[in-house]
Amino acid sequence: MTNGQAAGLLQTEDLKQHFLIPTGFLKSKTIRAVDGVSFSIRSGETLGLVGESGCGKTTVGRTLLYLYKPTGGRIHFDGKEIRSEESIREMRKKASIVFQDPYSSLNPRMTVEDIIAEPLDIHQIVKTKQERSHRVRELLDAVELPHEHAGRYIHEFSGGQRQRIGIARALAMGPKFIVCDEPVSALDVSIQAQIINMFEDLQAELGLAYLFIAHNLNVVRHISKRIMVMYLGKVVESAPAAALCDSPMHPYTKSLLSAVPIPDPHKERSRTRIVLEGDVPSPMDLPGGCNFRTRCPEATSRCAEAAPPLTGCGTDRQAACWYI
Amino acid sequence: MSLLEVRHLSTSFFTPAGEVRAVNDLSFSLEEGETIGIVGESGSGKSVTAYSIMQILTHPGRIIGGSIKYDGEELVGCTDKTISSIRGNKISMIFQDPMTSLNPVYTVGNQLEEAIMLHTKRDKAQSRKRAVEMIRLVGINDPDKRVRQYPHELSGGMRQRVMIAMALACEPNILIADEPTTALDVTIQAQILELMKALQQQLGLAIILITHDLGVVAGMCESVLVMYAGKIIERGSAEDIFYNPKHEYTKGLLRSLPSIGSDKENERLIPIAGTPVDMLMLPAGCAFLPRCDRAMKICIYETPEELGINEGHYASCWQNVKALLQADELPEHQIEESRE
Repeated sequence: MTNGQAAGLLQTEDLKQHFLIPTGFLKSKTIRAVDGVSFSIRSGETLGLVGESGCGKTTVGRTLLYLYKPTGGRIHFDGKEIRSEESIREMRKKASIVFQDPYSSLNPRMTVEDIIAEPLDIHQIVKTKQERSHRVRELLDAVELPHEHAGRYIHEFSGGQRQRIGIARALAMGPKFIVCDEPVSALDVSIQAQIINMFEDLQAELGLAYLFIAHNLNVVRHISKRIMVMYLGKVVESAPAAALCDSPMHPYTKSLLSAVPIPDPHKERSRTRIVLEGDVPSPMDLPGGCNFRTRCPEATSRCAEAAPPLTGCGTDRQAACWYI
Repeated sequence: MSLLEVRHLSTSFFTPAGEVRAVNDLSFSLEEGETIGIVGESGSGKSVTAYSIMQILTHPGRIIGGSIKYDGEELVGCTDKTISSIRGNKISMIFQDPMTSLNPVYTVGNQLEEAIMLHTKRDKAQSRKRAVEMIRLVGINDPDKRVRQYPHELSGGMRQRVMIAMALACEPNILIADEPTTALDVTIQAQILELMKALQQQLGLAIILITHDLGVVAGMCESVLVMYAGKIIERGSAEDIFYNPKHEYTKGLLRSLPSIGSDKENERLIPIAGTPVDMLMLPAGCAFLPRCDRAMKICIYETPEELGINEGHYASCWQNVKALLQADELPEHQIEESRE
């Protein structure tokens, strides 16, 4: 995604995150969780990131915020390269994260007020107690929770309410960018729509940019302007949301889309489904060449020789496959 | 006579905070070879229904009324011997999380053999043969090697296949699948659902599929039960439920789903307001009332009765009664008050 570099709020170039896993005495293996990912997000825009478990989508989100130090590549945020301690601290004032599990990502021993105000305390933003509680109440308003909830503990809330608290915490510093890591996956269907609408409202109101990570393509399609599909640490396709869902190009995207169940009996029963053979290979033991070739219905010997690069194909879209 | 008939089933959990009626006056029947879907959000009583049928409720849960008949035989209050002859033999179950449902210290083959020897008269060698056969049936390659492996050596999709193999090893007539694909990725989910469909054709199984994913239901089930707060609030064919929903909850659920390929891809979602119901503090009238945007006065005082919409399609919502009264131009008495 080389276009719009100048206007971008966040860019990564060849971002890499390799983990060393010990496999025995003085032996270790490398897991290429994220292996050369480049993209950019403009302010006020949502980039969707989809893929199956283990494809590295969460690692991308965490590496962007330097929760893991990247092992390669560059991150530019708001015009500055993120590398020094100083730049990381500055970046974290303007970028935050909402986690998947609203049960384990909020401390059960802290009150809602303390949870929401923790970023303010860490960055020493508020001077007085009044200012602090005033800000917390503003944030509770933003996520449509009553002020009385400030003094309560997490166990008193339902999943949807907890996720609202998580969002309030992410908003505390007045960020420009939020990594949303599967924020609705743990919620009941009837609650998901509430939270998705809230993300959209906050974006319109505050001009936020999102990296929206999810495995549910229906949700990602709804909220994103662009969608990036990852498979085993690499981006296999990236395109505007509508184009990706209407005319997927990469065989993996095609099969992923055809596997998504549609809540409509006639459509669901009449369509032909591409059912992939086998499982995702272990990231410790990649097949070599194209990572998808072990499950790809169209793989040939060329796919085993070298990994296809992500190349442009059509307006504003890229795919990594030799046969596009 | 239906293969499985559940009539007025009620199951409660007696907790220190009070009685929780997890399943409340639930009735349905399952025919041979049929697939029935039970949908609802967490806490709506879907799983407890399955546990009640299998009689695997744990303390403090207890069936407090109603009847469950398998092939004419009553299961509620039956002897342990009777239920043992049915559980696993005639009705089997697979669970959501295939990792915690398999024993990590025994090999896959060991666990399959145990189930087979327990329920049939096969000896050790025959059971091993049957185990390999079953592993092959569920589409795992290299079955001779796989039976010697431990659950941690298998992927999530393969573990779920092993669970299915175990459930089907004794040739049951009914398979209860409790969120069988929730823990799996979509491409693996597609594999498992295809497998279940194929095995159903091959073995003539009846399936009760419990899920919260309406997309899965649309592809798999002929008929659907929608549960809310322990009750079936709407039931009918998949077409009835998806194209002509008659309960405000079902309508809301379908409206709130984003879906690829629908005409309203980019439109704002219409969520159901409020939070899921607190089972310890159920309202007196309709349990969905606090979240319903078309509630009427009568909904506060009286629980709506099930009303037939057309053949096989039933819903429990006062709005339908109101519509019926208006259509027939009958004098409206109790129900004329509109929403506040």
